Amino acid sequence: MGLLDYDFMQRALLASLMVGLVAPAVGVFLVQRRLSLLGDGLGHVALTGVAVGVLTATSPVWTALVAAVLGAVLIELVRARGRTSGDVALAVLFYGGIAGGVVLLSLAPRGQATNLDSYLFGAITTTSREDVVVFAGISVVVLLVVALLGQRLYAVSDDEEYARAVGLPVLGLNVVLAALVASTVVLSMRVVGLLLISALMILPSAIAQLLARSFRETVLLACLIGVLVSVSGTATSFYTGTPSGGTIVLLAIGLFLLVTSAVALRESTARRRHRRRVDVHDAHPHEHGAACGHPPVPHGDHVDYDHDGHLHAPHRTGRGVHYDEHGEHPVPAPPNR
Amino acid sequence: MTPEFPAIRLRGATIGYGDVPIVRNVDLTIAAGEAVAVLGSNGSGKTTLSRGLLGLATMLDGDMQVLGAPVGRLRERGRVGYVPQRHSISGAVPATVREAVAVGRLARLGLFRPLGAADRRAVADAVAAVGLGDRLDDKVAALSGGQQRRVLVARALAAEPELLIMDEPTAGVDAASQEALAGTLATISASGTTLVVVTHESAPLAGVLTRAVVVDHGRVAYDGPLSEAGHHDEHLHHHPPEREPAGYRLDQPTVTPRSATTRER
Repeated sequence: MGLLDYDFMQRALLASLMVGLVAPAVGVFLVQRRLSLLGDGLGHVALTGVAVGVLTATSPVWTALVAAVLGAVLIELVRARGRTSGDVALAVLFYGGIAGGVVLLSLAPRGQATNLDSYLFGAITTTSREDVVVFAGISVVVLLVVALLGQRLYAVSDDEEYARAVGLPVLGLNVVLAALVASTVVLSMRVVGLLLISALMILPSAIAQLLARSFRETVLLACLIGVLVSVSGTATSFYTGTPSGGTIVLLAIGLFLLVTSAVALRESTARRRHRRRVDVHDAHPHEHGAACGHPPVPHGDHVDYDHDGHLHAPHRTGRGVHYDEHGEHPVPAPPNR
Repeated sequence: MTPEFPAIRLRGATIGYGDVPIVRNVDLTIAAGEAVAVLGSNGSGKTTLSRGLLGLATMLDGDMQVLGAPVGRLRERGRVGYVPQRHSISGAVPATVREAVAVGRLARLGLFRPLGAADRRAVADAVAAVGLGDRLDDKVAALSGGQQRRVLVARALAAEPELLIMDEPTAGVDAASQEALAGTLATISASGTTLVVVTHESAPLAGVLTRAVVVDHGRVAYDGPLSEAGHHDEHLHHHPPEREPAGYRLDQPTVTPRSATTRER
């Protein structure tokens, strides 16, 4: 039997598609804001919500959502008050969330299914029909908010002080972003797991920013990468029998290492080629300057020097200055622009 | 048409952070269209003064009006432009010059309105005004430090502000970018925009700024023509400033290494 013949796999793949798309769309803003660990903190808080759900025999997805959103609002208010640093506030959230979750879960009556592992690390068999419906609702809301407020969220994440100076509602936007993160955490609790969701918010964005040229491109590429690793990781875990969350995250890390080394390789080749090309001028007899006799020629954003008809551009590196060839110099010198 | 209110009016204003006053009892009126340098050493309070005008520092006492409204009550904050003292604007995630400057335009649009065609044109115009028109779709991180500072200026200009407040726009900027900045400021000043430039070196912008307000130890020590502020500047040179960040001194050459400069509070 194939993958899609199982109802539970259909639901797991649907859930993984949604979380793969949504998590990076929110995560990019966290990376921009250098608050990558917020997802982790809220994942921990969500565990307390799960435990409350198990104890009161209500759906843990809803209780987790309430707990995570409350935690998100709380942490933004604490950060805005400025009394406790965001760092310490996050730490308290981490510990409190996990401790509360574990203690409350241990109070659950015996015989009740409380598989802690599946909440923490994800499991493909756990997504219920009701979950899929709730997840779809969360996904639509989160993506709509990002589409509507994306530019403002970018502004606040990029330069909070500037945003405040020009009158953007900074606290409000921060709370919205935190609530989006909280919703995404809950969206992930079946397939990826509460301890690993942060990875799916951060890693696709970390990969995308190595390749993209704009913020918009980064968001779109991150979502694509998120869907790719999330769905393929879920499918893989079906065959290997491993927890889906761990499998997805390992795939994402693999991709991250691959892209990082490819980029590093490309840069070092370019550097080596560059060095070979400018070898001749490494041993340039003098440093070009006002008094060297070679006329300066403005060239875009820098000044070249006319060295017997070809242009030398100073290039400062850690090992001193050398001169890059910036082409022939048409005579006479053209006026700047 | 001259607006009936001054661009800035401070009466007995005391500004600080938390409940700690930094600038005390300042009276200052700046008329619409003036080009003013706020001078002083590090720790003098000049940056706190400008941050108070932006609502980023707390007014502890007195009265402070910007564009005819109490700070914080000004409805259209897009009317005030701000260039922070920042040496780079490339965040963790790559962004193009266009994207970075578009942020400045958002202030005029409220919370939900998306950028329209006119807004996109204003963004492109602002980038062109700082001489980076050909770099619109380049990554900000690929620009030099001086060019990134010009992007910050463009971001403020994109909102077409009536009042432009700049914090150390020339510090650590190469000569070419300083010249470009002076040219840009001359143009927008001629069009009637009020300029308030916080700086510890007025020389690069001496052709644009006409009035000087010298802040020393949290008080206004001089207020008059920039050309006659020299004596007071001299006085500042010999006064070892308090709480001076390492490696950031008045007598330093114009071009400072990026790593050596520290943000002033």
